[in-house]
Order: sequence, then structure tokens, then C-alpha cells
Amino acid sequence: MSVSPSHPERWIAQHVTGLPRSGIRDFFELVQGVPDVISLGVGEPDFTAPWRAREAAIYALERGRTSYTSNLGLLKLRRAIANFLAKHFQLGYDPEKEILVTVGVSEALDLALRALLDPGDEVIIHQPCFVSYAPSIKLAHAKVVEVVTSPESGFQLDLNALEKAITPKTKAVLINFPCNPTGSTLSSDTARKLAEVIIRNDLLLITDEIYACLVYDQPFVSPASFPGMHERTIYLNGMSKAWAMTGFRLGFVCAPQPLLEAMMRVHQYCMMCASIISQEAAVAALSYCDDDIEQMRQSFHKRRNYLHARFLELGLKCELPQGAFYMFPDIRELGLQSKDFALQLLESQKVAAVPGSAFGSAGEGFLRCCYATSIDELREACDRIGRFLETLR
Amino acid sequence: MDQLLKILSDNALTPAADIARMLGISAEEVRQKIDDYEKRKVILGYKAVIDEDKLNLDRVKAVIEVKVQPEREGGFDRLASRIGKFPEVRSMFLASGTFDFLLFVEGANLREVASFVSETVSTIEGVTATATHFMLKTYKFEGVLMKGQDSNERLSIAP
Ligand SMILES: Cc1ncc(COP(=O)(O)O)c(C=O)c1O
Repeated sequence: MSVSPSHPERWIAQHVTGLPRSGIRDFFELVQGVPDVISLGVGEPDFTAPWRAREAAIYALERGRTSYTSNLGLLKLRRAIANFLAKHFQLGYDPEKEILVTVGVSEALDLALRALLDPGDEVIIHQPCFVSYAPSIKLAHAKVVEVVTSPESGFQLDLNALEKAITPKTKAVLINFPCNPTGSTLSSDTARKLAEVIIRNDLLLITDEIYACLVYDQPFVSPASFPGMHERTIYLNGMSKAWAMTGFRLGFVCAPQPLLEAMMRVHQYCMMCASIISQEAAVAALSYCDDDIEQMRQSFHKRRNYLHARFLELGLKCELPQGAFYMFPDIRELGLQSKDFALQLLESQKVAAVPGSAFGSAGEGFLRCCYATSIDELREACDRIGRFLETLR
Repeated sequence: MDQLLKILSDNALTPAADIARMLGISAEEVRQKIDDYEKRKVILGYKAVIDEDKLNLDRVKAVIEVKVQPEREGGFDRLASRIGKFPEVRSMFLASGTFDFLLFVEGANLREVASFVSETVSTIEGVTATATHFMLKTYKFEGVLMKGQDSNERLSIAP
């Protein structure tokens, strides 16, 4: 039988064909066409990267620092990362052998999954969660097992449900606290109990702590910091959010040496190293910018309080998020699916927010609103949302 | 610094109701705290940040270094209060280094500022030397870049 040459799709791998397009992507394309939109749909700070970091990047270029680096990343950067993690999160990682610099947490996550999962392994994630998790696990040929975090419990991790989801095939639990999209975080008590569950069931914990510096009520306690967790934790973090350095594409993964070595092998063949310019910028950011990130955190804190107060005044049900920069109001009683709600809000009032369903079926009935935007914009957005709610009632 | 003062120093026009939301307190409490700061003279006033270069005011600004002989009884302070009272002096500091006072002075034109320095400041008893630097262009004032930042082109929807 001759195959028609007009169907190039047939070359696409089966597991990629089965991968859904990100709901966020679809929505993004819609928003692009609408002028004068106020967007609460972003996933990054409105601040520019700290000048110290940008200046370090310029200086790196001036000195002609344009080469590859060691696969693991510049040693001085790994040392700066180790110092930062020890100082802020009581984590002890050896910069020589337990830290790998990556192109964003996105790459770090992909490396961890590809280096550690065999086909058929199960990975437990909580849902709603960051859009990349399920597809990345599938791309690593493993199976996604979802545990729902419910609005009734403030989107906290439910350890009973987690433990019930464990089967003999479970290899890892992947968590993200503070959480995109819910803004919920992990209390130190839950972190400790989670560590116990992980150890008791002999599992690996992959913890994406990219928002760990952005908490407003209590300091964040990493589950990696409990006794017995070091040897079974893959720790992910990066410069994108707390340092407002998304465009630098710089992240890192910390893990016990044999696991790090495995991830390094994948990284050396698919990426070689992160950009040296970004690495130089990150050294400056980690060494000199504690004050900049504290200033940004304080701004997010005030904006969170502002947006939360306005939402309650508008009659929107909404948990007070403890971390990250997302508010996740409950729109279940307003009679629209989250996607339709977001679409109508965009069309009628030109406010963009992300439908909760983009973060998994458990996000249905919610809307993700990012408050990494000026108070003036938040004020205008709330006025418009108020007008939209009037039309629904 | 108290977050309330931080909000006001970023934008003194922020409505009390919004400050209340940001700080999780009532608008009444916000007004009371502001009153209190005003009474205690922690807050001394409210001003707009103006890019005067855009107004073609033709006013002249200068920084003047002043070296003085501190007095036996009054030290620097008595001289400072004398010099500081001239309306031409917009800001004034005691500084370490090769001179003592640093004055930020404004006048209608070069001649006016020059004569203020040569005929007034230099002739005050105790002043031993001055150096005048006329300012040519403002790049950054009170933490604000005059050119502003390039707008940050964020995607309107991102994961
Ligand atoms: C939970 C979470 N993990 C990872 C990332 C990706 O970050 P990076 O820019 O470091 O690749 C994001 C970005 O939105 C995120 O929200």
C-alpha cells in the first residue's frame, strides 16, 4: 500500500500525538487579539531582573565570557546556590557533586523525570498543579497518578489520599509548594508528615520549590530538610520567580550524587550547559540581591492583601493564598464553566485570567489570577471584574 | 521601614482605603497612623516628583562644597542653620572628606547662583572655601530614573 505523502502527522511519535495542547496556549492566542487587556494571566513578576544581575550579564559579555561551561555549571555559581540554600532553607548540598545548573526549572524537571523513571513507573502529583507536570511525566514514559487537593482544605496536600494512591509501582511523588496555581503552601507539620510517608513507603520525592522565597505568613520549610530525606529528594529551584529572571532561563537541581550524576548524563547530551551569561548573572543575583528580592516579596505581599480584600468585597469566594503570586477564586456558584467565565470576562471587560481547568480537572470552578501586577492595574481589573459579576447576578 | 510609610513614599496619593486593603487594617486605622506620623513629624510633607528638564524652566541647579572652620561652642550646627536658612539652599548635608557641607542650590540663572555663592556663602564668617558644580542634566532623582524603564514585554498569558 502506498502512503500519501500529504500526511506528515504520521511521523509523530504516538506518545506525543496523545499529548494535549496546553489549555494556556489556546487561551493565550485568544488574548493576543484583544487590545487594552489588563492581564492577570501572567506567570512571572512585573519587575525587571535586579540591576546587579543584569549588570553582571553585561560585564560577562564585555569580558568575552561567551563559552560553554562545565556541564554541572560554573563552580562559583554552584557554591552561591549551596550558600543560599543553607542560609535560607537549612539545606546542605555539596556544590562539587550535588548541584546541577539547568536551563530553568523546566529543564531540571525534565532531567529528573527522564533520568529516574522507567516505563510503567507511577508518579503521584497533586492536582490542580503546574501545567507541565503530567505531560513531562508522560514524555518520560511513566504513568501519572493524581491526588486532588480540595478547596475545602485550602488546597492543602491530603496525606491520607496521597498514601492511598501509593501502589507497588509508585516510584516518586512530585510536589510544588508554594503552589502554582492555588497559592497554597505546605505547613512545616505537613512537610514533616509528608517526609514520614515518603520514607515509610521508600519513595523518591521531587520537590519544585521555585516559589519558596515568595511566602507571606510563615517561612517555608522544605520537606527536603527533614532527617532521612536528603538521600531521597530531588530538589528543584531557580531564578525565574523570586529574582524576576524568567528570561535568563536559569534553574538548578540538587540531589544525592548518584542521582545527580544520572541527571547530568542526560543534561550533557541534550543541553551541555546553561548559558554562561545567565550563570554569571545568577552568581550576582544570589550573592548580592537579597534586598531586591525582599523588596519584591513585600510588594507581592501588599498586592496579595489588596486583591484578596477586593475579591471578598466583590463577593468572590477566595482563600487567602500563603505563597507564590496567584489568587485562585472560587467561581463555582456563578453558573459558568471556568473556561466560559474567562472567555466572557475577556470579551466583555478585557480582563484576562486563566481558567482553573487549565491546571487539571480539579481546577474546574476556579480562576487563576496573578497579582504580580501594579496596584493601579489590580484596581482597574477589580473594577472591571465587579462590572462583569453584576451582569451574571 | 513601616510598610505604610513605604507605600506613601512610593505613591503618597494612594487612597487610604487601598492602603487599608494592602495592610489588612481598617481605613480609619490608616488615617490615624498617618495623623500620628504627621504629628510626630516623621512625615514632613508630600511632594510630586517632577522632571523639570521637561518644563524648560531655565532654572539653574548647583552642588556646592563648603569648607568651614567649626566654632568652638557651636560646632558645625550653628553655621549649618545659618546657611541652611537661605531659600536658595534646597538641601544641605554635613559630609565627611575634604569639605564639610554639601549644598544643593537653585537659582533663576547662572549669575544668581554664582553671586549667592561668592557674595553670600563665602562671606559668612567661618566659611573658608567653596567649590561650585553646576548641574547639566538629571538622570535619576530620588530613586526615580528620568528616562523611565523600558516596558517589560511580558506575555499576557503564561503558565
Ligand atoms: C511550579 C513551576 N515550576 C516550574 C516553572 C518553570 O520555571 P522556569 O522558568 O525555571 O523554567 C514554573 C513557571 O511558571 C512554575 O510555576
